[in-house]
Amino acid sequence: MIPSKFDYVKPSSVADAVAALQQGGEDAKILAGGQSLIPVLRLRLATPSVLIDLGGIPELRGIREDGDRIVIGAMTAYHDIIRDDLVKQHVTLLAQATETVADNQVRHRGTLGGSLAHADPAGDLGAVALALDAELVIAGADGSRTVPASDFFVDYFTTAIGEGEILTEIRFPKYTGWGSHYEKFNRTAQAWSMVAIAAAIRVEGGSIAEARVGLTNMGTTPIRATGVEQALVGQPATADAVRAAADRVTEGTSAPSDADAAADYREHLAKVLTGRAVLAAAG
Amino acid sequence: MAQVRVTVDGVEYADDVEPRTLLVHYLRERLGKTGTLVGCDTSNCGACTVHLNGQSVKSCSVLAVQVDGAEITTIEGIARDGKLHPMQEAFNECHALQCGYCTPGMIMQAIDLLGDNPDPNEQEVREGIEGNLCRCTGYQNIVRAVQSAAAKMKPGSTADTQSPVSVAGGGE
Repeated sequence: MIPSKFDYVKPSSVADAVAALQQGGEDAKILAGGQSLIPVLRLRLATPSVLIDLGGIPELRGIREDGDRIVIGAMTAYHDIIRDDLVKQHVTLLAQATETVADNQVRHRGTLGGSLAHADPAGDLGAVALALDAELVIAGADGSRTVPASDFFVDYFTTAIGEGEILTEIRFPKYTGWGSHYEKFNRTAQAWSMVAIAAAIRVEGGSIAEARVGLTNMGTTPIRATGVEQALVGQPATADAVRAAADRVTEGTSAPSDADAAADYREHLAKVLTGRAVLAAAG
Repeated sequence: MAQVRVTVDGVEYADDVEPRTLLVHYLRERLGKTGTLVGCDTSNCGACTVHLNGQSVKSCSVLAVQVDGAEITTIEGIARDGKLHPMQEAFNECHALQCGYCTPGMIMQAIDLLGDNPDPNEQEVREGIEGNLCRCTGYQNIVRAVQSAAAKMKPGSTADTQSPVSVAGGGE
């Protein structure tokens, strides 16, 4: 189908984009990589009055090291994240999860910031941002503010980004030397997660010293599996110990039931996949 | 209306387009490049795959206004001087098509894949074309064709691979 009519602006700075967004009012929509938005426009599930394309703002693209943080511009494409040496070394889990998103063509266009701002509960990168305690930098008319991932995801397709604001960068602490793995169960076409588990583990002397576990599509937002994390710490990285800890993965979740999977099946998947993810992460 | 200046298959165009015009519709309906097909309406199938500044994209998920200043290569732009691209030849030789609807997108994605990984194994080919669906399910010969083209396009190969390889450029 053909999208309904809209106006199009392509600002060349974040300040101009914020101004355009405020001028555009309620019906304005940000266009990042467009790999979720353009299909939605085509189906006319969204009919914005104006699209503000962030593709002309070079400062929103790129990956840099800033002290103990790896900073990723919101418009950095998946393809570039997967191949980046800083990400591979310090935020391995992000590279691993990003590789599973959609397909090559989508990964050439789709962006980390677009995915997080869209906040589809089946999207893969929210669980990673949450598990790894990322910080999200949001620009508005009065400057920038930083929101921890734990406060960023509010509800189904809803984030802490306010009206007239734009997500500009995502800051990850370094997890150098940690083991990590993204374990995903999905339909083949389009690779949307039915359930997926993001796990990062630091093993010291044969036992788990620290654990970070995030869940994809087990509720209306990404969820941090704090019960599993607590149960893992101090345990040996053995199959029995990890599986026992994984049993706590459904605490605080509200798995959806849909055409792909019923809630109780998702809960079962989450336990099994958590075991696999943690064991793979622990190497 | 917005103006878009774009190079498609080596030819420069300047056109006024509605912002809502999808790249694939611009290519097919304005430029007459009907070699690029629309297969689905959900970004699933990959039939509309073209190269945008050397990277494969689904042209149904890009707006024409977004490619202002860019370079696009479609299936119609990869043959040189009447000679097929090695990937096209390989699809022909390996009978890598049944109904042929997915073929333009498959070929464009396969060229992109070889740009990233010049010598993919079978699994890597399958992963590389995961965004392209063949509803005839003729994947066996498609995978064979991609591997056959990879062998031909290798530097030092005896096959004639003069200019098309550089035109392909996929990946970077």
